[in-house]
Order: sequence, then structure tokens, then C-alpha cells
Amino acid sequence: MRRLFGLLGVLLAAHLVLSFVRPEGAATPPVGEGLDIGIVFDLGGRGDKSFNDGAYLGAERAMRELGARVRFVEPGEGSDREAGLRLLAAEGMDLVIGVGFIFTDDLTELANEYPNVAFAGVDYAVTVDRAGNPVAPPANLAALKFREEQGSFLVGALAALVGNSKKLGFIGGMDSPLIHKFEVGYAAGVKAVCPDCQVISQYAGVTPEAFRNPGRGKELALSAYQQGVNVIYHASGSTGLGVFEAARTMQKFGIGVDADQFNEAPGFVLSSMIKRVDNAVFDMIARVKDERFEGGVYQYGLEQDGVGYVYDDNNRALIPDSVRARLEQLKADIIAGKIIVPSSR
Amino acid sequence: MSGHTGAFAEPTPVPDATARAMRRRAALEEALLPPLVALAVILVAGDLLILAYGEAPGAVWRLLAEGTWGNAYGIGQVLYKATTLTCTGLAVAFALRAGLFNIGAEGQLAAGGFGAALAGLALPAGTPSLVAIVICVGAAALCGGAVGAVPGVLRARFGAHEVIVTIMMNFIVLALLNYVVAAKLHVPETLHTPTIRAGAVPRLASSIEAFHGSAASWTIVIVAAAVIGVAWYLFRTRAGFELRAVGLQPAAAEYGGVNVPRAWRNALMLSGAIAGLGGVNYVLGYKGYYEDGFAGGAGFLGIAVALVGRNHPLGVVIAALFFATLSQGGLAINAMVPKQMVDVLQGIVILAVAAAVPEVRRLVRQAARR
Repeated sequence: MRRLFGLLGVLLAAHLVLSFVRPEGAATPPVGEGLDIGIVFDLGGRGDKSFNDGAYLGAERAMRELGARVRFVEPGEGSDREAGLRLLAAEGMDLVIGVGFIFTDDLTELANEYPNVAFAGVDYAVTVDRAGNPVAPPANLAALKFREEQGSFLVGALAALVGNSKKLGFIGGMDSPLIHKFEVGYAAGVKAVCPDCQVISQYAGVTPEAFRNPGRGKELALSAYQQGVNVIYHASGSTGLGVFEAARTMQKFGIGVDADQFNEAPGFVLSSMIKRVDNAVFDMIARVKDERFEGGVYQYGLEQDGVGYVYDDNNRALIPDSVRARLEQLKADIIAGKIIVPSSR
Repeated sequence: MSGHTGAFAEPTPVPDATARAMRRRAALEEALLPPLVALAVILVAGDLLILAYGEAPGAVWRLLAEGTWGNAYGIGQVLYKATTLTCTGLAVAFALRAGLFNIGAEGQLAAGGFGAALAGLALPAGTPSLVAIVICVGAAALCGGAVGAVPGVLRARFGAHEVIVTIMMNFIVLALLNYVVAAKLHVPETLHTPTIRAGAVPRLASSIEAFHGSAASWTIVIVAAAVIGVAWYLFRTRAGFELRAVGLQPAAAEYGGVNVPRAWRNALMLSGAIAGLGGVNYVLGYKGYYEDGFAGGAGFLGIAVALVGRNHPLGVVIAALFFATLSQGGLAINAMVPKQMVDVLQGIVILAVAAAVPEVRRLVRQAARR
């Protein structure tokens, strides 16, 4: 007991001293003046190599180029999403962004409660009323949606052009309308350049677990490669890591999704369909800065540079110039409206 | 030493007044000192972490205090988080009193929330509010209890180790609920069920305007009643006495006429029911629907709550408030330091308390012997 008492005294004294230390460059919490942006990440937060990191990149660019001050909140459990948004809104941020469809309800509620704060939701799920018409989000809320089917179309064309096989592979995570969008766009891209090609589509499951099952991904990919497929496009979260693993084993190609996944299997990643969450977030911040922010549904497609495919030093050797030119032509045609990419089955 | 009262405490000579006063003081010191030392440890550890991150500890702690106990909204948030944690902590503490380690509170909590949501969806919209709430709360306890009954029966019948079974039940229950919600019950483009038709518990803000915006609801009363009920059961009923006797020394309890397997089964089943009750906080009091993954680790944190709360209902409530403060405070200081700092502090609390609490030493010794 005596020893514990002594320990307590020592610790409290140490704390007292330490709490008066003020290191150089310690931040004072920002208030008022200037462009203040708040971002609440989805569970998992930064380091997911996907949309959370994308949002961070966009915010970082806005700090550099627009002089924005950005605060980040990483929620823990369910109620932290609303709490995080509220914390930022109550502090008088100019724009509050929720990253991920799961923020849909929370954003709607807070946008109604804080009509003078601008809100934006990445992948915000626009609800549908009984008659099937979309319900418009509140006037101060921007729903950021991505035309994943357009990006998928281009990687589909790429796969067919360099795949050297009449069979192309697709592996989806959870069998759901969201992922069908990727599959349908991909298949349309394949058919656009190779009408008699065939897409072998497989799904890892019917629950969200299907996005976290690399073992299953590898299994599905191996079976596709053994059927004569040379390129597989995956839209399956970390299940896709198994697809790349299979590509490495079989010395064939995989195509990444959401972010540049070259590093998952260097040399075996043909390209990646990238979702430019960074561009969408930057765009929103720029709109707020220029006072041209409006609520509503924003579609980020090829035209807005919201989706695209990776073509850089890592994969230039795998994509001949003629193929690159063909892809750029298709991209121009989609932007011009000459090609309409389907988004549902 | 351990502070238990009852037939198995060491026999004591009739004390005179001074001896009694001295013993009381020693008991008080023993109850209060370890948590205080743990608190001091995390303050210093927090100071060092904050400094390592290049911020001023004083400013960060002030922000943490302001964001939690500094205003009604913050208090509401702390209360909300503490309500769930009290249930899971109480569940773990309850089983520990019977000498059983229930690591399945996470799954039981989720099952309870799901049960409440199912009942709320099944009831017709016009059901009188009080009736509906009672039915939904009962459904939550029933579902949590059903999940807890599995390791209980396996332990009682076959001697299956409850640690293994409760851990594995988490995977089974969470995966099953995930499947049911994702494949059968969800609102399109989301991972939650439709909103319940009846059984919603009003938020605190509906009666006290100052709490506006916080997630806290009157489920807090339901949980408070559960705490009192558990305390009464443990210390004032024969069944509770038997349960504690089994926890202290199963062989002696059996010799004393206690049906040990039955006590084990009941302890795990009731423990599951208590954890399941926690699900009403999110489902009935906050969102009005079951959402996949809402438990978010509150079940596992319940183990820490029980340890820090020293397996006493009142201690559990205090520990739950403490962990809830850390969790909400972590959000408030997120602008200055990464959230992971709070996670590290949580770990340090658990280590500091575990090292200082005699019950834990005893449990570790017992586990080593088994």
C-alpha cells in the first residue's frame, strides 16, 4: 500500500510538470476566418488504400492549392459518425464531408439541422420513395456519386485488347447492384472492342464478408485462369488480393479497382480502374471556396476526371501505343455521348 | 483480501472499534488506490504520447474535458456510450463472479440488438409504447441469453471450456446476423434493417432540451434497473450466493450442496441476457434499426470494463463511464492527436489495473492451474 501511495505521488507530480510543457509548433485549434473543412472518415480510416486515403489526398491538395484548413475525425463505433459530423458542423466549418455510403442517414439529419453549413457525402446513397423516384438530398448536401461503369468500360476494352484470349474474367465481391455496375460496364467495354469475346463473371458471396475473403478470391481467380482467361478485373475489396495472388501464381494479369493496385503484385497488375475520390473532394472544397457550392447529386464520370484507368511508368510496357490510342478514342466517345455505358443488368 | 463478503470469507475475531476502523480504512485504500494509480499512469503516459506527437498536453487534456463533461451534449454522448458499456461490462463481471470468462459479449450484444429490432418490426405500428418497449427489451435479453446459453449448456453438460466456446460464438453470431441483414432484411444500398414500427425509446433530448443532438436516451433507465437487479441478485438472493460460491471455490460449493453445472449454465445464460440488453441502447434508443456492426467492439471493451470495475456492479458503472469518457474524448481531441492515442491509453489502463488488482492476480493463478 505504502509503495502504491508513493507511486501515485510521483506520477501526479510528473503529470503536473508535463502538462505545462508546450512544445514548439503545437497547434492551436483553428476557429473562424478562412476556409475550414472537416472530414469524417469511414471506419477503418486512413491507410485503407482506397476511398479514405483518396479523400485524404484530395484534402491535402486543397490545403496546398486552396489554403484550406482541414480537420479529420476518425470515428470508432456507430454513434461516432454522427458525433464527428456534429462536432465539425457545430464548430462552424464551411464544409463537412462524410466518407462512405454509411454516412447517408447521419448526413441527411445534420444537413437539415445545420442549414448554413455545406455537407458532402462520398458515395451517398440517394434514397428512393415508394413510387421509385429518387428523393433529393437537402439543399445544402452534395451527394458525390461515381460513374464506376465508365471506368470499368475502359479497363474492359483494355483487357480484351491485350488479353490475347476470347475469355475475360470478372470477380465481384458481394453480389449486389453496386457491384453489378462494375461488371456491366466491364462487359460492355469488352464487347465494344471484341464482339465475340465472353466474360466469365463470378462473385465471392452475398454478404459483405465477400469483400474480405482473399482465399475465396484466389480460388475463383485460379478457376477462371484455368479456363483460359488471361486477364481478370476484380471489384471485391480485399478479396481482390487473392486475385492478384492467383495472377502471380499463374503468371497472368489482374486489374485493380478503386485505387492504383500496382503494388499488390508488381508486374501482374495490368492496370487499375481508379475512382478519383480525391478529385471529387477537391472539387467540392474548391466550389465552397468560390461560393458556387450547391446541394444535389453530383456524378463524377470520365468527363469530370472522377473515374479512369492507370497508365503510367509501371504498366506502360504492357500497353502498346495503339491500344492506348484506342482507349483514349473510346473515352472521348463516352464523354461525347456517342457511347452510352449501361450501369445495371 | 479480495473484498468479498459471505460464508467463504476468512473467519474474523470479534473486532474492537479501532481494529474495525483500521480494517475499513485498509479496505477503502485497497478499493481506491489501484484505480487512482491507473489513472495517474494514463495521465503521464498520455502526456508523453501527446508530447511525442508535438502537441501541448495541457491543451489536449483541456479539449478532452470540454468535449466530454464540459457541456450537456458531451455528457449525453458519454452517457450513451457508457450505457452500452455498462451492459457488456456487467455481463462479463456477472460471469466472472461465477468463475467463468465470457468473451462472447460482442456477439450477445449484437444478437440482443437484432432481437429488439425484430420485435420492433414485428409489432403493429399502433402498439402502446410501454408495452412495445417491454416486449422489445425482453426480446433483446432473450436473444442475448440464447447466445449465452450455448456455452452455458456446453460447459455444464460436457465441460467445454467457456472461453473457447464464447469466442467462437462471436464469429458464428456476427456472421449469421451479417448474412440475415445483408441478404434478407436490409434497406437497399445500406446495411441496416428498416426502422422499427414500435418500441422506440425517446431520447433524453425529448425531455431535457440541453441534451439536444446527443445519442443518449431513456434506455439509460432500463440499464440502471438492470444494474440494480444484478446487484440484488448477486448479493441478496440464494441463487446469487450460490453463483459466487461456485466462482470462489467450485469444489467447496458442491460439497455445500450447490448444483455447480446448473450454476455455470445459469451464469452464462444470464450473462448473455445482460449483454443482449445493451443492444436496446443503439436500436431502440438511438437509430431505430439494427445496423450490421453496430456493436463496434463494445462487447470486447466490456471485458476491460469488468476488470477495471472489479466485478462489482457499481464499479462496472464507474468503469463504463470512464471508458466512455475516453472514447468520446478521443473524438474531441482528434483534431490535435490521432485517435489511436486513445486506443493506446485504453490498453495502458487495462494493463495498469490488471497489474494492481488482486482479483486479477488470483484469476490468472487459477487459470494457470486449470
